[in-house]
Amino acid sequence: MGYFLSYYTYISFGCWVQNMLAAIIMLIFICFCVHFQNTAGQFFSSGHTNNWAVLVCTSRFWFNYRHVANTLSVYRSVKRLGIPDSHIVLMLADDMACNHRNPKPATVFSHRNMELNVYGDDVEVDYRGYEVTVENFLRVLTGRLPPSTPRSKRLLSDDRSNILIYLTGHGGNGFLKFQDSEEISNVELADAFEQMWQKRRYNELLFIIDTCQGASMYERFYSPNIMALASSQVGEDSLSHQPDLAIGVHLMDRYTFYLLEFLEDIHPASKSNMNDLFKVCPKSQCVSTPGHRTDLFLRDPGSVLITDFFGSVRKVEITMEAIHLTDPILQLEDGPMSEEVQEKTYSYVDQLPVSEIIHQKPKQKDWHPPDGFILGLWTLILLVFFKTYGIKHLKHIF
Amino acid sequence: MGLLSDPNRRRALISLLTRLNAPICGMPVDWLVKTMQARGLEVFTQRFSRTLPFPDENNERYIVEGTNVYGILRAPRAPRTEALVLSAPCSPGDDNNQAVGLLLGLAHYFRNQVFWAKDIIFLVNEHDLIGMQAWLEGYHHTNTTGMDWSPLQGRGGSIQAALSLELSSDVVTSLDIVLEGLNGQLPNLDLANLFYAFCQKIGVLCTIQGRIQRNDWDSVSGYSHAVQTMMLMVMKQASGRSWGDHGLFLRYHIEAATIKGINSFRQYKTDATTVGRLLEGMYRKLNNLLERLHQSYFFYLMPSLSHFVSIGYYMPAFGLLAVILLLRALDLWVQLATPPSRNEDGVADIEQSSTGVLSVLTPLVISHLTGAALYMLPVRFQEMAVEHFQVSETEAVVLTAIAVYTGGLALPHNTHRLISGEGTEQGWRVLKLVAVLYLAVLLGCTALINFSLGFILALTLVPVASFVTPHVPKLLSAVVLVILSPAFTLLFSVFIFQELQEMPVSFQDGWMLYLSVISQGILDHYLYGSLVYPLIALMVYPCWLLFWNILFWK
Repeated sequence: MGYFLSYYTYISFGCWVQNMLAAIIMLIFICFCVHFQNTAGQFFSSGHTNNWAVLVCTSRFWFNYRHVANTLSVYRSVKRLGIPDSHIVLMLADDMACNHRNPKPATVFSHRNMELNVYGDDVEVDYRGYEVTVENFLRVLTGRLPPSTPRSKRLLSDDRSNILIYLTGHGGNGFLKFQDSEEISNVELADAFEQMWQKRRYNELLFIIDTCQGASMYERFYSPNIMALASSQVGEDSLSHQPDLAIGVHLMDRYTFYLLEFLEDIHPASKSNMNDLFKVCPKSQCVSTPGHRTDLFLRDPGSVLITDFFGSVRKVEITMEAIHLTDPILQLEDGPMSEEVQEKTYSYVDQLPVSEIIHQKPKQKDWHPPDGFILGLWTLILLVFFKTYGIKHLKHIF
Repeated sequence: MGLLSDPNRRRALISLLTRLNAPICGMPVDWLVKTMQARGLEVFTQRFSRTLPFPDENNERYIVEGTNVYGILRAPRAPRTEALVLSAPCSPGDDNNQAVGLLLGLAHYFRNQVFWAKDIIFLVNEHDLIGMQAWLEGYHHTNTTGMDWSPLQGRGGSIQAALSLELSSDVVTSLDIVLEGLNGQLPNLDLANLFYAFCQKIGVLCTIQGRIQRNDWDSVSGYSHAVQTMMLMVMKQASGRSWGDHGLFLRYHIEAATIKGINSFRQYKTDATTVGRLLEGMYRKLNNLLERLHQSYFFYLMPSLSHFVSIGYYMPAFGLLAVILLLRALDLWVQLATPPSRNEDGVADIEQSSTGVLSVLTPLVISHLTGAALYMLPVRFQEMAVEHFQVSETEAVVLTAIAVYTGGLALPHNTHRLISGEGTEQGWRVLKLVAVLYLAVLLGCTALINFSLGFILALTLVPVASFVTPHVPKLLSAVVLVILSPAFTLLFSVFIFQELQEMPVSFQDGWMLYLSVISQGILDHYLYGSLVYPLIALMVYPCWLLFWNILFWK
């Protein structure tokens, strides 16, 4: 009996061990699967498949050399990190390299003593000279271009594009000056971005502006997935960096100079994120206070890589798994698919986010004494009153 | 009335004289043309000629013929729409012998640079201001002074700025900038600031009015030094003549200044290369300009190179003087408006007041006729004066002017014979009212155009104009009125000017200087269109005569 019991115990023990082993193997396998699932999830976590850049310099004349140098240095970085010319829309309002006053023709320098020529020999300018206007800029962003426009002048982005938009020039509180004759306001820009969102022309958008009072330009954005950086706050001026004595003009603006220095350290595989970008050019170097806005952005800025916007990184993941394609492709059932489809329905964003506007901080208005017209009107009324009823009534008042 | 009246025949005669190798003033035209061409400039010449209304004894010329030579450095990549001018007057002798050399050196250096966005015109003009006037008139196709010049073959664009060089030695101790131009016009203050900035950058000593600025503004002596510098500028501006070749550019809205190199007894000397670097820097700055200089003041006075007094500060001073006249006019108006208190003269007074305006008209017309005589007689009748008196033409002109001026003093005694009735209390009041208002308007307009001239005239004429009546002591006020008349103001200014420049003159020399100043003023008017002489002769002098009339009113 005991013998039989021990034998039974042994067999049950073996079974139990076998079961345990099987369970453990199963568990490990599931864990592995889940892990793969996670990395696979991470593989597409940023959500974009292509990168575009729109780089705009809005000012002309020889003494605005630095704005062209700013734009060209960002162009250089973006191109170096992988975005091809076909995906860059470069708008330069004036030609500094071939300006009559340039002592070194065909060059645009960003560093003193002519250390770095950002013009190079393969610059492709898409909009040049007088073609850089507010209308053309907005048409590029929204895609409303006449059919005859060549592909190099179009922003052919889709809903999986990450777009970098860089603006530089002379600006003020709520506007940016184009070409010395017109302006674009922050409201117009915000509406253009909203159009882009509704037409699904971007996945995420990084907006950088280097002008005086640049922070005012991103105050009015209301579309999702936009991150904005500016070189100075409202009421502050953005300053230029250093003049070159041989060329005779200031070569770069401070913010973009330090941005260029920061970007020179970025390579296509670097893992720097947006928090590092926010730290570029603190007040001690820039004299103005750079600002940024991330409330419209869905992801945490710490998880956003610099190369998500500045580079065009193709992700390659090598997997050791073999994928068997022997099973026939199963018919998709209608049930879960329809649920999925229902989950993915799109809806229009609030056209006029009234609640946000109402709860915005009210602008501080200076108290002005009552208008002359109103004063005059009251005086007239008083005079008529006293003329009719006689001056003795004044006694009753005073 | 002869061979020289037809411009075409005149030109033919001039070219004939040239072909006959008649000596033309010693400017090496051919050598200049060859040298400039060797430097790579496009070289052109312009011939001009002018017969002065009477011989100029200061510069010893009467019939002037000359040639301007100019070379254009074309901007390598720019369209030919704008130009800058660098000029050096070439006179025979040692006056300006180094400036042309520096100009040619700069031309050679500029030719090798690629960053010029404007054409640069290197101009060597003969007979300084006359040649410059001919060149400017030819460049802009105007002919305001009746000069005869050959048209310009080559042209740059519209001129944005110009500098004129005067260098007499190859080492200088300081550089002086001259700003005052024709009719008291000044270039934009930015040009003076540019010069000062470069002087400080290169380390050259720079002066204005030939005086070095001092740093002690708080002390009395420092302040008086600055005031003296400013007074020099005021006097130079009031004279209305162009104190450098640049002065003629200002009329065409071209900002221009003259830079003079001064070699005095100082230890630290600067050579021509440094001066060249300074000029090169200034021209590079002007090259980078996208518009004409217009951001800074056009009306200013400079007590030193680093300080200026703008029109907003000095105009109220003049305004207060003009207000005196207006108050006096108001006072007279009120006096005229109150009805006469005496009954027995009531009828006669009313009669007189109705002819009051007519009685005023006579002195007015006679004064202005005297002014017209002062303007026209000296130059027209110089031949007659030379025949009858043993004087040269210049002296004839000047002495005729003085004679007419003094003759006008005798008028009041004769004017009254022409008036039908005797002058009355009403009469002189009406005349004074008209005269005071006339003076106020005249001084106001003058101060707007040439502040210094208006202010100096106001300082001397306003007190007298306010206080003169027929009832003040006649002899004393006559003397005061004569001493404050424009002619004597000019005499005192000459002495004060010499005093301020630390070259005081004796009375004899001062008198000769005064005569030459009068002749220069008349010549400036005929040659370049200066307005000081017609203003004083046709407007200020008749106005002063009206007050003289009032003083001797019976």
